[in-house]
Amino acid sequence: MAKELWEGNAAIAEAAIRAGVEAFFGYPITPQTEVLEHFSKRLPELGRVFLQAESEVASINMVYGAACAGARVMTSSSSPGISLMQEGLSYIACSEVPVVVINIMRGGPGLGNVQPSQGDYFQAVKMAGHGDFHPIVLAPANVQEAIDYVVLAFDLAEKYRTIAMVVADGAIGQMMEPAEMPPMRPVRPPEERPDWALTGAQGREPNIITSLYLGAENLERVNLRLQAKLKEIAANEVRWKEYSTEDADLLLVAFGTVGRVCQTVVREARKAGMKVGLLRPVTLWPFPSGRIAELAEQVRGVLTVEMNAGQMVEDVRLAVEGRCPVRFYGRMGGVIPLPDEILPELEKLDKEC
Amino acid sequence: MATVEIPEDMELVFKYPESLTERHTHYCPGCTHGIIHRLIAEVIDELGVRERTIGIAPVGCSVLAYYYFNMDFAEAAHGRAPAMATGIKRVSPDRVVFTYQGDGDLAAIGTAEIIHAANRGELITTIFVNNAIYGMTGGQMAPTTLPGQVTTSSPTGRDVETAGWPMHMAELIGILPGAAYVTRQAVLDVPGIRRTKKAIKLAFQTQLAGLGFSMVEVLSTCNTNWHMGPVEALEWAKEHMVSYYPLGDTKMTDEVRALKEGK
Repeated sequence: MAKELWEGNAAIAEAAIRAGVEAFFGYPITPQTEVLEHFSKRLPELGRVFLQAESEVASINMVYGAACAGARVMTSSSSPGISLMQEGLSYIACSEVPVVVINIMRGGPGLGNVQPSQGDYFQAVKMAGHGDFHPIVLAPANVQEAIDYVVLAFDLAEKYRTIAMVVADGAIGQMMEPAEMPPMRPVRPPEERPDWALTGAQGREPNIITSLYLGAENLERVNLRLQAKLKEIAANEVRWKEYSTEDADLLLVAFGTVGRVCQTVVREARKAGMKVGLLRPVTLWPFPSGRIAELAEQVRGVLTVEMNAGQMVEDVRLAVEGRCPVRFYGRMGGVIPLPDEILPELEKLDKEC
Repeated sequence: MATVEIPEDMELVFKYPESLTERHTHYCPGCTHGIIHRLIAEVIDELGVRERTIGIAPVGCSVLAYYYFNMDFAEAAHGRAPAMATGIKRVSPDRVVFTYQGDGDLAAIGTAEIIHAANRGELITTIFVNNAIYGMTGGQMAPTTLPGQVTTSSPTGRDVETAGWPMHMAELIGILPGAAYVTRQAVLDVPGIRRTKKAIKLAFQTQLAGLGFSMVEVLSTCNTNWHMGPVEALEWAKEHMVSYYPLGDTKMTDEVRALKEGK
């Protein structure tokens, strides 16, 4: 299929349609509302389900219900809305039903603003809800990746019966770029829904989907099963991209929008004579700790750049484990760090180590 | 449960509905949840829809309802059952979907979800059990607790000046255009139990006919947290709850009326 000009948010919705999404439940919130708007037009014309819910609390529980029924389902929101969904996400994680969630992150805390931000890294990666679980978290840096990772999110969510979250920001969600859509997959017919789904107990024992396990040992067994699955995901699904790392002696680590900015930083730093490489995590969970640890043996220092007060840098430090200095540069409130301010930070690191 | 041969000169006149499991419930002696479970199960059996019914359990005393109903079941977050039911029904429109909710679940934490599900005219059925108290957490004030009623969180009686007034959910939901059939019944005596069963049946028939949202509010008791004997609790509910929460239909569209009258 040829490249077309796509706005990020509309592209995310269309990619989900191509991936065979059967239902979307959501609530308007800037800067992701175009996702919902695209679905509101396209899903009814395709005979699929679109519903604008009364809140994000309701949308995630509608998603939970549709996922329990075995349908391919998703929702989309932005930071404050994701906070409201955390209750539902925790129930979904324990119930082990596949769900795709998009977070087009905005500046916080509180109502914050609608500018691009990565302030929800901790929320997505460390604590998407109460209790012990991690969603798979994918971070695109451009519209094409947003399309590709939405499709991947459905495949991973269903493979592992888990939550797959795609996190971006308004810069990616509202930017237009040439991108290629995948071909339309057929929608799975209701009679082919998974055998664990709530489809009516016809000629079989009833299926029960719950996140309630009374008794400490009983719930611990469930947790051990969830942890074993997370371990399997961590072993098989780590993804990242590297730029000019072969001969690098300084390493940038950045994801999403600012990961893309750092690709420019690498080029300019090389012109200035610094041997800089970039590792851009694609999965924020599972985190590419192993590869960062390898590179930490090769480089003199690491600079992590984020659009927050320093969240992913904690995972970078855990991966580096003191092998070399790890420094941080970040902007908050919706400010995107630019090459002109990142380069001096690299120069400082260059002199320091 | 042991099975016994029925002698040739006898006939079986009472048995477990197929829609109930034979598991013993965890409900307190004297609790009316068991009666309401059985009424729903009998109705589902009579309608012949057990194999295509999906139930949603709430958070509250009936959180484990899925152990007692012999059909596919989900356990919702507190108050969110109508949203979950919406998700299931929208992707499985040929299935029968019902929620089973208590007063804290439906009339406090889940008010938004039930109001909007009803207003959208979701083709689901809600069985709303109102016993004017939080049972599972040990007897705290509910949105439906009566004025002056003593609970562990209204130790001097519900003061409407500070705690607000009891919620009349059947009336609130009855005025919504998406609601096709909304009624309040009580399982406090045998005639009431019979009327409640008829109402539950009509509610499910409303769903099956695609006429809109249906809800049966069932006045119930909590003798444990009311600190009464079961019989005393039934009498207390008849005297105090029925006068505050009048029984009867708060919504019946012409289509539902025609369905009821067999037209």
